Amino acid sequence: MEMFLMSFTVFVLAIFVGFEVITKIPPTLHTPLMSGSNAISGITLVGAIVSTGTELWITTVLGFLSVVLATINVIGGFMVTNRMLAMFKKKS
Amino acid sequence: MYDFIISFSYLIASVLFIFGLKGLTHPRTAVRGNLLGACGMLLAVVVTLTDRHIVSYEYIILGLVVGGAIGAVLAIRIEMTSMPEMVALLNGFGGAASIFVAGAALIEGSSLTDSPILQLTIATAASGLIGAVTFWGSLVAFGKLKGLISENAVLFSGQQVINSILALLVLGLSIGVVTNPESFSLYWLLVGVASVLGILLVLPIGGADMPVVVALLNSYSGLAAAATGFVLSNNVLIITGSLVGASGIILTHIMCKSMNRSLTNVLFGVMGPSGEGGQTADEVYGGKVKSASPEEVALLFDAARRVVIVPGYGMAVSQAQHPVASLAALLESRGTTVEYGIHPVAGRMPGHMNVLMAEADVPYDALKDMDEINQTIDQVDVVLVIGANDVVNPLARTDPSSPIAGMPIIDVDKAKIVVVIKRSLSPGFAGIPNPLFALDNSLMLFGDGKKMVLDIIAALKDS
Repeated sequence: MEMFLMSFTVFVLAIFVGFEVITKIPPTLHTPLMSGSNAISGITLVGAIVSTGTELWITTVLGFLSVVLATINVIGGFMVTNRMLAMFKKKS
Repeated sequence: MYDFIISFSYLIASVLFIFGLKGLTHPRTAVRGNLLGACGMLLAVVVTLTDRHIVSYEYIILGLVVGGAIGAVLAIRIEMTSMPEMVALLNGFGGAASIFVAGAALIEGSSLTDSPILQLTIATAASGLIGAVTFWGSLVAFGKLKGLISENAVLFSGQQVINSILALLVLGLSIGVVTNPESFSLYWLLVGVASVLGILLVLPIGGADMPVVVALLNSYSGLAAAATGFVLSNNVLIITGSLVGASGIILTHIMCKSMNRSLTNVLFGVMGPSGEGGQTADEVYGGKVKSASPEEVALLFDAARRVVIVPGYGMAVSQAQHPVASLAALLESRGTTVEYGIHPVAGRMPGHMNVLMAEADVPYDALKDMDEINQTIDQVDVVLVIGANDVVNPLARTDPSSPIAGMPIIDVDKAKIVVVIKRSLSPGFAGIPNPLFALDNSLMLFGDGKKMVLDIIAALKDS
């Protein structure tokens, strides 16, 4: 129960941080914001890697599938966000 | 000590993600912000690879290579007009990854101890449920954006009843997973039923409401990751998931507000008041619509000192962003001021138009948001509306019984002259006629957006 409360505290505080930071992002950057958040939500990769490396074959299969999916998010998300942001230029 | 290093690295990764998002508060710092986020991810992954529980690396490396290759190809190949599809797909993959990680954790948890703790089982049920709704919902959204599934709202009788039954079933199965964590089939049954629910929830939502859906599913994919964080008691997942969840919720809220519709209305495919008693297309347009030629429009632009361009989804469809930017550059070289008025829900996802114009080398400071452009729109000589309809429909202001009543619009009708490029007088998503087209100061340029803009440019160069 104590562990849950700790995790829950982190969860609630992080939501507040998210609201504070994200409300300041201008509409011009809302599409890169979405693809960028796709990229960081690929953090599930961390859990996926550990599951894949275990001895049980069934968790290796599940882990492998999630490693593939999460890596698509991470690599695809960061690269496409970078590609988009590079196009945003100020009037010269 | 080892655990300390891992936890500390995860903390640094979380901080880098937050700084990365902070970078997105300005286009100038955005590229660096994205890189900071990528560094955080790299750190988290490298540290995780040293985990003691890992006994073999073959499948990890294979998975990273396969996923990385697919991701890279997608990111390089995707057209900017198709960004909504890409984001929908990535939302879905995020959800699916959570399903599998939580499923694996459930099996591992049961093999380690006889009775997995409550936090693990509740969080597992939540991961599977949210993950499945996100994955299948996103696939339907992807299909609608891509035109594989009807863009229209798919409504059938008894829909609400079926959804309610499914929701109850999902709830029951979740309780089952929590109380009998050792029976894995219950978990996969939960995932299966939640999948059907995900499909049925997005099916009734129409194409122009996609910005809301994509933003909402973005939020769900974050919440799925956070739930997986609870499963693994891993703070970096919880923090990152919450950040993404918050981001999606904020965007969803902005989108709903910009359409003056509640989230429930969007989710259940309900359009505001029915529009009964509203005027028919013939009554609105009859004999009052003036059609112009590209040459006539070029003459108007030639005399204009201030021009505002209002793009919509139609511009994306006809890939007209480059010609539009060329037209603007040509006008500016003749001393005309050109700005863009961007409605928050123009396009199929938040910020869609901004990315398209950035792709066409339009500087971001020329793109004005709705409130800013509306302040001075009455001093504009010519407004060019290309591929937008409902977001410039004055009925939103004047007719309280219309389905779009109260929706904030760009007040293009207040400009001196409005030129609308459109294929025909067909209605927009709201299904109502647009009196803007019949105003004394409006001219219609009927045809394909890209071709018409190119014709105007040619005519301008000739004159």
